[in-house]
Amino acid sequence: MPSDHVPGAEKVRFDRVTKRFGDQTVLDGLDLTVAPGERVTLIGPSGSGKTTILRLLMTLERVTDGVVHVDGEPFSHMPSGPGGALVPADERHLAPRRRRIGMVFQQFNLFPHMSVLANVVEAPRHVLGLDGDEAAARARDLLGLVGLADKEDAHPTRLSGGQQQRVAIARALAMRPELLLLDEVTSALDPELVAEVLDVLRDVADSTDITMLCVTHEMGFARDISDRILMFDGGRVLESGPPERLLDAPEHERTQAFVRSIT
Amino acid sequence: MTDSGTAVFLSELGRALPAIGEGLLVTLEATALGAALALLVAFALGLASRSRLLVVRGAARAVVEFLRGTSLYVQLFWLFFALPMLGFRLDPMACGVLAFGLNYGAYGAEVVRGAIAAVPAAQTEAAIALGMGPVLRLRRVVLPQAYALMVPPFKNLLIQLLKATPLLSLVTVADLTFRIDQLRSATGGTAAAYLLLLLLYFALAALLGAGMNALERRAKARLGVVSGPGGRGGPRAVRAVPRAGRAGGGA
Repeated sequence: MPSDHVPGAEKVRFDRVTKRFGDQTVLDGLDLTVAPGERVTLIGPSGSGKTTILRLLMTLERVTDGVVHVDGEPFSHMPSGPGGALVPADERHLAPRRRRIGMVFQQFNLFPHMSVLANVVEAPRHVLGLDGDEAAARARDLLGLVGLADKEDAHPTRLSGGQQQRVAIARALAMRPELLLLDEVTSALDPELVAEVLDVLRDVADSTDITMLCVTHEMGFARDISDRILMFDGGRVLESGPPERLLDAPEHERTQAFVRSIT
Repeated sequence: MTDSGTAVFLSELGRALPAIGEGLLVTLEATALGAALALLVAFALGLASRSRLLVVRGAARAVVEFLRGTSLYVQLFWLFFALPMLGFRLDPMACGVLAFGLNYGAYGAEVVRGAIAAVPAAQTEAAIALGMGPVLRLRRVVLPQAYALMVPPFKNLLIQLLKATPLLSLVTVADLTFRIDQLRSATGGTAAAYLLLLLLYFALAALLGAGMNALERRAKARLGVVSGPGGRGGPRAVRAVPRAGRAGGGA
């Protein structure tokens, strides 16, 4: 929130960010600050712009207006010319900064032409330039962490959805991101597979200081890991607060109705 | 054909076998070189037609449309008869390889373009999320998956290319058709000679097809899709994850 914004103590800051798709406004002049190490969960009805926030941070979309800052410097934009005016960022600006951000998708999006181990090895090996042994060791550690050490040679399509998503989490963590974006990571799973994925993420939340931005409908999970929950509606933050307050005693009627509808 | 006609044909066939063998090699050489050039052209034009730069994309599209929209027959004749008048004389075989490579390369460019477009955008997004740049994404994520989609249409193009090689005999190249035609002239056994020619091309096409089917099976196995060539393992089955609301992928 702009009011409690301390310079230098921000991981992410959205400065009046607007995103339109055609004539549909998904984010409307959004201000949002996330502190380093903070776990923030975004909730709200579908189409309220939560996922768009993650996609803007992952550079899968470009802002229509406003600026996204990461680590206290412009991210969606870059200074240009003698005046240092901000212009939309090019690939050279984005490439090194994007590496500090990881994302786990609703549909896992594992690479189907690679084994489980190769999926996790791929980016450390080819993006960070680790040698093969080092990348494989890192990948095996992470597959152990997500409980899939015995599946490293398996083909991703032979795994259950929950297992695939755990591989995807290991794959994202292999880049050692400072900011992890979780986009409805259990929404595509059969109900009985949700817990295994959330347990892994609780472990990650407990054992690291990675800043996490999470879009989810799993309120129990949100309550466990979040420092703060933001309720979105119509491209704006309707209200925000610690989980107990926002989930148990929401101020807005819309938040009350939303929380009731999904718990 | 009378009995004596058959005897003449068979004895002439026996005598012509070495020549027919040479013709067969020429046909195979033209097919292989033409296909290799076509593959290069297909990737160059196919990738260029996905360029973000309008000039590159437009130029690639124009070349593809021109090459596809003008007859292979006329292209070959132009290279063989017209180009020398402009001061460039190419060996007849080179004319053939160039014509096959450009013409089938243009069709192949559409295959490359379509296969790349058919790889789910989510795969590119996953690669971006892992910090992979455009070249790495194409090389490590998109092309390996697109490749499995390219093999079946490439098989068709390869067999069509093979079947187009008799055009070589029109520009003095002694290919299989040329040699069999000599046999026909020598014996008068038109029906038998051309029947033999049909069977030879059919056998070659079957061999090439079998080879491509093996490639297809291997490519699909790598994507975790178990289905034989011509089965229901089309583009949709290649998707790693059935998408919600678009269920019923081929697998």
